[in-house]
Amino acid sequence: MLSSRHLLGLYGVPKKDIELILDTAKTFREIIERPIKKVPTLQGKTVVNLFFESSTRTRISFELAEKRLSADVLNFSASTSSLTKGETLKDTVRNIEAMKIDMVVIRHSAAGSPHYLTQLIDANVINAGDGTHEHPTQALLDMYTIREKIGRIEGLNVCIVGDISHSRVAMSNIFGLLTMGANVAVCGPKTMIPKDIDKLGVMVFTKIDDAIKFADVLNILRIQLERGAASNFPSLREYHRLFGITKERLLKHKKDILIMHPGPINRGVELSSDVADGSNSVILEQVTNGVAVRMAVLYLIGTRTEEN
Amino acid sequence: MKVLLKNAFLIDPQVELNIKGDLLIEDGVISKIDTSIKENVDEIFDLKNLVVVPGFADAHVHLREPGREDEETVQSGIEAGMNGGFSALCCMPNTEPAIDCAEVVTFVKDRAANSLVDVYPIGAVTKKREGKELALLGEMYEAGVVGFSDDGDPISTSKIMKYALEYSSMFDLPIIEHCEDKSLTENGVMNESINSTKFGLPPHPSLAEVIIALRDIAILRYTGGKLHLAHISAKETVEVLRLAKKEGLNITGEVTPHHFSLTDDAVENYDTNTKVNPPLRTQQDVNALIEALKDGTIDIIASDHAPHSIEEKEWEYIYAPFGMIGLETSIGLTLTKLYHSKILSIEEIIYKMSINPRKIFKLKEAVIKPGAAANLTILDLEKEWIVDKFSFKSKSINTPFHGWKLKGKSAGVINNSKFFFENKLIDLI
Ligand SMILES: [Zn+2]
Ligand SMILES: [Zn+2]
Repeated sequence: MLSSRHLLGLYGVPKKDIELILDTAKTFREIIERPIKKVPTLQGKTVVNLFFESSTRTRISFELAEKRLSADVLNFSASTSSLTKGETLKDTVRNIEAMKIDMVVIRHSAAGSPHYLTQLIDANVINAGDGTHEHPTQALLDMYTIREKIGRIEGLNVCIVGDISHSRVAMSNIFGLLTMGANVAVCGPKTMIPKDIDKLGVMVFTKIDDAIKFADVLNILRIQLERGAASNFPSLREYHRLFGITKERLLKHKKDILIMHPGPINRGVELSSDVADGSNSVILEQVTNGVAVRMAVLYLIGTRTEEN
Repeated sequence: MKVLLKNAFLIDPQVELNIKGDLLIEDGVISKIDTSIKENVDEIFDLKNLVVVPGFADAHVHLREPGREDEETVQSGIEAGMNGGFSALCCMPNTEPAIDCAEVVTFVKDRAANSLVDVYPIGAVTKKREGKELALLGEMYEAGVVGFSDDGDPISTSKIMKYALEYSSMFDLPIIEHCEDKSLTENGVMNESINSTKFGLPPHPSLAEVIIALRDIAILRYTGGKLHLAHISAKETVEVLRLAKKEGLNITGEVTPHHFSLTDDAVENYDTNTKVNPPLRTQQDVNALIEALKDGTIDIIASDHAPHSIEEKEWEYIYAPFGMIGLETSIGLTLTKLYHSKILSIEEIIYKMSINPRKIFKLKEAVIKPGAAANLTILDLEKEWIVDKFSFKSKSINTPFHGWKLKGKSAGVINNSKFFFENKLIDLI
């Protein structure tokens, strides 16, 4: 059983919980390969997908996971900017809870919103991305994919490349991977590396060749132009020159390296197309695994309360 | 009316007073101090185990009137101040309209008339606090302000700061600076540190504070005048203030109880009551602030009492406004964190909370000697109490200290021939 009734992030989540989620995801991964992909596990439970920030991919992945577990699904989307002053997260959520729901999956542009939500309602809360803080299910699916491809996480060298400052994916990956015993590094322009990140026990590279030399796995982040990243570096062209992953760069180091990306890719910026579609890339498998991992999280959290 | 305060510890380092004894007040004026006074009086108050000190002054509060009377008014601020142990408050001009001309100064002073607590408005440095042109500093000086500040914001440019220091020096009043280089703090909500990385909150680096402090010190060296650095939060700022003082510049500094009582670890649960500007910093910063209090680099403790409505604080961390209330926890935190942990003596605390603020801002003197008007704070140093924000007299309850156990509390205040004691206001005339 998981130690918490919510999944707010991976910071402080014990190794046994992460292992339980990854192991459980494996059984769901098998289920989604079957002709009938549905199980009755969450029948009678209502899950609300509360998306204050648009993210079609994550929402669809959660929705699919919820439906395959036979939950009743409600979608609520509102961009934070369209929330009129006075209609706070609190009001919105209290309204929704009055409809007697069991679980909330929340995506919000403000860090800490899922934590705040747990103070407002009784339902279980799953963080689907909060500002630049955490995106735990993405990191779990990344770890699942690494384990599936390489067979282990412990002792592996994993480097996260790109805009670490603005990335919730990076933070959740760092917390999860460190807990699981990987050696973690980040690589990116100095302006995109958060202050004191080395204090977390993370190595810092500012040359992509050093990162490639180091890594068994490169987890390449999307440059979040919409989150103000553009002012942190001079141009996309220069970014690609200094930090873009190309076939030549990989060939130069003659290494078998796993290439991951949470999507959507800016082709020709973070990755050249030949790498994105090449044999090292597991980007599409990450998407498939995402559904299985989210099923596992929903299942473990949704059935946990019944046991209590 | 004659009242006798009996069996108190009477402490005032200004007149080297430190005795256990009695204090006689006649029509609001101290008439006798002795180890034992026998006299026919109208009323006797037994202050056994209590300490009588010069009236404390909080040199940095926000009273929100005019403009946001739902959050605080001059009157509710006075009650909070009195309940917290203060006989004087200096209120910042970031009201709506701003305190940027004589009329608003007078308006605020009128609101505070005939109160136990003296309220001293601080005037804005620039018109409407827009940072563009100097406000009517001379006119406000004549109307009774005790300093100038664009608090909430830093003084916008080097040019305005140069003019402000030059112009205010004609009245011998300080410019009170909120040190923040806004180009470095845009969107920032918490200290830039390992914690901002962990919590995913946009960073507000201490660098922003020291840059403006350095700028202002350079200007002060050039222009003369008086500079007071408000709510210093960072180690680096303490260091530059220490050097500037050593150099002999006319500069003073202030710290809030929340900056020496909390670190940015407190942000972990995203409690918006921990969102303050400048933000809570690291343990190294807290240590530097405490060191600076000890060695005199930091002259005063002020609360930066910043009331906000529940509606405004109940937002996601990045959207909530900055600020916490402080008038009713200031003395408790100071006594708990500085006196009982033997960092400052009670005399040193009297300097930081009464003598120095009164001297820097030229407030009415508070001294315990015969012939002086009774302007006193009464402390119960040993009282252990639990902070209950619902018992506060402030209109707002935005404090992260609710539920904290503190040791030391104000037990009463005397000023302007009024005595606030045991939750009652008594006239001494
Ligand atoms: Zn300020
Ligand atoms: Zn202030």
